[in-house]
Amino acid sequence: MAKLIKNGKVVDDNWQVLPADATEVPAGPVIVPLALWQSAAGELADRGDLGVWLAPDEDPAELADALPSLAVVAIEFPKFADGRGYSSAALLRSRYGYRGELRAIGEVLRDQFFYLTRCGFDALQPAEGRYTDEQLVASLASLGDFSEPYQGAIDRPEPVWRRHQRQQVAA
Amino acid sequence: MYRYDAFDQRIVDERVAQFSDQTTRYLAGELSEDEYRPLRLQNGLYIQKQAPMLRIAVPYGLLSAAQLRRVARIARDYDKGYVHFSTRQNIQYNWPALENVPKILAELAEVEMHAIQTSGNCIRNFTSDPYAGVAGDEVIDPRPWAEILRQWATFHPEFAYLPRKFKIAVNGASEDRAVIQCHDIGLDLVRNDAGETGFRVLVGGGLGRTPIIGKEISAFVPWQDIITYCEAILRVYNRFGRRDNMYKARIKILVQSMGIEAFREQVEAEWQHSRGGPGTLTESEVARVAGHFVDPAYETLPAEDAGYHRQLADNKAFAAWARRNVRTHKQPGYASVVLSLKKTGVAPGDITSEQLEQVADWADRYSFGEVRSTHEQNLVLADVRQSDLYAVWQAARDAGLATPNIGLLTDMICCPGGDFCNLANAKSIPVAEAIQERFDDLDYLHDIGDIEINISGCMNACGHHHVGHIGILGVDKNGQEWYQVTIGGAQGNQASLGKVIGPSFARAEMPDVLERIIQIYIEERHADERFIDTARRIGIAPFKTRVYADRDVKKKVVNG
Ligand code: SF4
Repeated sequence: MAKLIKNGKVVDDNWQVLPADATEVPAGPVIVPLALWQSAAGELADRGDLGVWLAPDEDPAELADALPSLAVVAIEFPKFADGRGYSSAALLRSRYGYRGELRAIGEVLRDQFFYLTRCGFDALQPAEGRYTDEQLVASLASLGDFSEPYQGAIDRPEPVWRRHQRQQVAA
Repeated sequence: MYRYDAFDQRIVDERVAQFSDQTTRYLAGELSEDEYRPLRLQNGLYIQKQAPMLRIAVPYGLLSAAQLRRVARIARDYDKGYVHFSTRQNIQYNWPALENVPKILAELAEVEMHAIQTSGNCIRNFTSDPYAGVAGDEVIDPRPWAEILRQWATFHPEFAYLPRKFKIAVNGASEDRAVIQCHDIGLDLVRNDAGETGFRVLVGGGLGRTPIIGKEISAFVPWQDIITYCEAILRVYNRFGRRDNMYKARIKILVQSMGIEAFREQVEAEWQHSRGGPGTLTESEVARVAGHFVDPAYETLPAEDAGYHRQLADNKAFAAWARRNVRTHKQPGYASVVLSLKKTGVAPGDITSEQLEQVADWADRYSFGEVRSTHEQNLVLADVRQSDLYAVWQAARDAGLATPNIGLLTDMICCPGGDFCNLANAKSIPVAEAIQERFDDLDYLHDIGDIEINISGCMNACGHHHVGHIGILGVDKNGQEWYQVTIGGAQGNQASLGKVIGPSFARAEMPDVLERIIQIYIEERHADERFIDTARRIGIAPFKTRVYADRDVKKKVVNG
């Protein structure tokens, strides 16, 4: 079974991510591309096991109204260096108030885990085969690369100088 | 200057641990070349022609004596005993071994230094006025603001993978000494009519392939809002900047294609959501950071030191140095000294470990233990008593750091170019050297007066050639190195981009070309008119005619 990092733990994953050109929605927990969801939103609305994924250039605003009915929203990173998904995630969590599972899919690598979780992803799904099971467990260490980041983000909205009393220089 | 508290130190220490681990995994084959590249770049590490190049951040150009000594030691232990100061006030090691880089970073962290975000498609090191805090024309000290913003930008999770690099400069004086018009974001500290502090914000400036002067996106952003405002700009850029073509990926292209009005609207719309939120600065945080930048313990001194004036009258060489390398200071009896890293025969911006250690000693003795780096690639002792200037001069002269040429023709800005840089079309250091050698008569240099010559080895414009009064750009023509010349560029409040005077030249021609350009200036100038003013008044045509005179003759003969 596929693996997923969810809330800092490696877990089994039973969701299927449909490719961008998919036209049919199979039974079972499934994450569909935005276009397919838009064309079939009416029929799919009542399924409790439905997720939608966004490509980097797809606007999270498109999902704003549907968020309460979605079990998962995934954001695709076709290349890890394409940073648009960080903003999409931040927008979903802040502007659109999404509280469900937010999953990073595609080229998801441990060296970006820290930034991804700070932007609101609670589920990280490296491409299948990228990491061995042991490597995936080892990769959890990257979630804690920095203990007290400077700026506010989704995980800790306040900057460090609001979270803590910082040292004043002796006059 | 800013000193780390436990939070700052922990972030830098954790960075060292993170990068050591990443490098270990890379060397073990667990990280591919492509996966490792952006990680090493965001730690300042390039793989260059000869060896890796490691770029160390010097936040807004401030260094302590202890930091200089550490930089010197590392250069000796891990490199070839010298470093290079870049046009972004940073320090570059040209020859470190990849395996040693984590160790180097660990040694730097011990003196509150790092290489964070000195390269890569992220928010880069902040640059500012090297005379911050001491210049007479300062409106608001930019250093606390640069530090506050530096912390905000450090490991910003949303903006680590932007379409392209992102450079921010902060200026707080009436004269712009931070080239804010040529940055992705240029921040100008101002006061509004009510006397409140804020920022005039420019966006979309930049040099490189498509040089553009930044446009004003806001005339006044209150200081409390500067972080949320910058965040709004960055978010719009991160989402909508082009990623399909690296030559069109800078924010300037986005601003240009949308138009500044539409871009401003987007940013304002974005900002409405974050304005007043937790990123809003507080008086106490600003006061905390500003507390690091209070004036040093100046003595109360007469405005003019009599001994200094006697020494000036008695010693011509000292007077020549003082005229170019000493700047006035806001504090009576003090001055700022520019140590020239532009001695003929030394690559512009290069300095040896021994020299660095000497500079550190002078900083301790004469300038409250601090040094600044300038984007013109020199060093500054900002707070020297006039009565110490003679001693500083003697020491600097003995160390080879007192070339009296600041602002003169031989004080060129020059990128590392083809000798070191992978991206270069042509070498730049030998061109600078050949020009320095041609103009070796100090009296003539003083007669020519203020002039800025900027040399870049390729379109990336690290040598800021577009804003040089005379700009020199290395170009590649059928695999050969050629040089294109522009005239009329300028930095500062009157920033402008130079115009190309015509077809490019072979390297050997460059000293002659420069000589002819200067001759025209000497012939045409009005009394006390600087080169740039003459060039603006007469345009490029007269220069062009003289420089290409023989070529036209040859052509006529051929055609005739
Ligand atoms: S201008 Fe070009 S050659 Fe010079 S340092 Fe920059 S990239 Fe290298």
